[in-house]
Amino acid sequence: MTARGTSPGKYLKFVLPLLALAAGVAVWEALVRINSLPVYVLPAPSVVFATLVQDWPLLFGSLLTTLSTTVQGFVAAAVGGIALAVLFSRSKWLEYALLPYAIILQVTPVIAIAPLLLIYLPQHVAVVACAWIVAFFPVLSNTTLGLNSVDRNLLGLFELYGASRTQTLYRLKLPSALPHILGGLRIAGGLSLIGAVVAEIAAGSAGAGSGLAYRIAEAGYRLNIPRMFAALLLLSIAGIVIYLGLSLASYLVLRRWHESALGKES
Amino acid sequence: MTILEADDARDRLPGGAAVSLRDVTKTYDNGVAALGPLDLAVRTGEFVSLLGPSGCGKSTALRIIAGLNEPTTGSVQVAGRGVQNRSRHTIGFVFQEPTLMPWATVRANVQLPLDLAHIPHNESVARVNQALAQVGLTEFADVYPRELSGGMKMRVSLARALVTDPDILLMDEPFAALDEITRFKLNNDLLTLWRKLRKTVVFVTHSVFESVYLSQRVLIMTSRPGRIVRDIRIDAMEPRNEEFRTSPEYAAHCREVSASLAKASNAGTSG
Repeated sequence: MTARGTSPGKYLKFVLPLLALAAGVAVWEALVRINSLPVYVLPAPSVVFATLVQDWPLLFGSLLTTLSTTVQGFVAAAVGGIALAVLFSRSKWLEYALLPYAIILQVTPVIAIAPLLLIYLPQHVAVVACAWIVAFFPVLSNTTLGLNSVDRNLLGLFELYGASRTQTLYRLKLPSALPHILGGLRIAGGLSLIGAVVAEIAAGSAGAGSGLAYRIAEAGYRLNIPRMFAALLLLSIAGIVIYLGLSLASYLVLRRWHESALGKES
Repeated sequence: MTILEADDARDRLPGGAAVSLRDVTKTYDNGVAALGPLDLAVRTGEFVSLLGPSGCGKSTALRIIAGLNEPTTGSVQVAGRGVQNRSRHTIGFVFQEPTLMPWATVRANVQLPLDLAHIPHNESVARVNQALAQVGLTEFADVYPRELSGGMKMRVSLARALVTDPDILLMDEPFAALDEITRFKLNNDLLTLWRKLRKTVVFVTHSVFESVYLSQRVLIMTSRPGRIVRDIRIDAMEPRNEEFRTSPEYAAHCREVSASLAKASNAGTSG
């Protein structure tokens, strides 16, 4: 059965996860109350929510800090990844020289790199650098894939009509790679949040951070479990919003022509 | 064949050579001989089909004429010029697939060759409108390719090839993927356009019936490496239409072409 077109299926897709969430929260709340668990063991959802409201000024400030790091890392990864992929497509030499290092950067766990970056870079730069490192590679590899999967006949057509390299890049290769690029950006969005959190945790022990991850670490030391949950909740929501935002952007850009966006219509 | 060495001006006169290949061969890097030696002369305004078994190198021959592939040996002249110094609008090419940019509207797709040549916007809009009218797609100018049927996509491709007003139209099995009803319709429309515009057309196909229906001459090619073994003139009623398709004359030509093709295919299978 396809969910497309049938309105009950369409509703279920949104209603069922919400029902599951409500049920989970209800069971959690009930378990905590029935067993009278103390908050430092497991806070009830109602307590977490109350903490979220009560600590809102503090947590919101931290959220903004983390988001700012994430966005900076994401933008750097997007610009850097696309630009490097375009350079690679122009010069095989450059690709052969640099691609191995891009891969090494990707496969080395960022949590292991972060402490070093914190030594050599100013803290806010180091944190952004971490977000950039994790988010950069999917953009690079997806853009490269996209630039390499251009229709051969269309390339022939551009050649036939004497297109310059710049014309071929802007009018053929980049538009044709766009679905791949957007796919890469969607992955990069989530990863740059992860990179930002990892860097904050690593930096947190230095005691100067103020992002959400730092709040989690700090609350952990103080056994302020409800605040840990509240901050975690905010991080999750931030991740979901980033993912949905990028998915929406991708859909809006592609909806008129690309197969991936057509399934959602009609 | 002194006509092949004719100068530019004379080539554009009716009866001049629009395309001439001499001793052209193509060997791929892996050592496979794909083509030739091939000699081919197409007069200006002529409709010529290249007919041969699949894999005989007929598409390669077409791509060599277009300058998309380099011949390994031999000389290629199009409108009296070598490949290097010909104008980019001498040739219109229609691929086997519609080969449209999915992210661009029909209008933008047709306009592409003009945009690439930096033709002023006003002029290109007028020319695109004309090309779209020629293939009957005026109402579909602002539609995206995915919304069109296979036959209509092919028409867009044809309009794009015509928009630069090329001297020569190269068509690489353009209707092979279409259903028969659509193909017949496009055959007729192509003939109508050809009679009106009098372009030189080199049409690659593996359909005996299509080649006889459309062309003034059918060149039969052997299997790989493809050579032209027969040059069959189709002297038939003009203008050709559905009546021709059911005439005894058509059947007789098809029989002749079919027999030659079978002979050519057998001749080549030893290699």
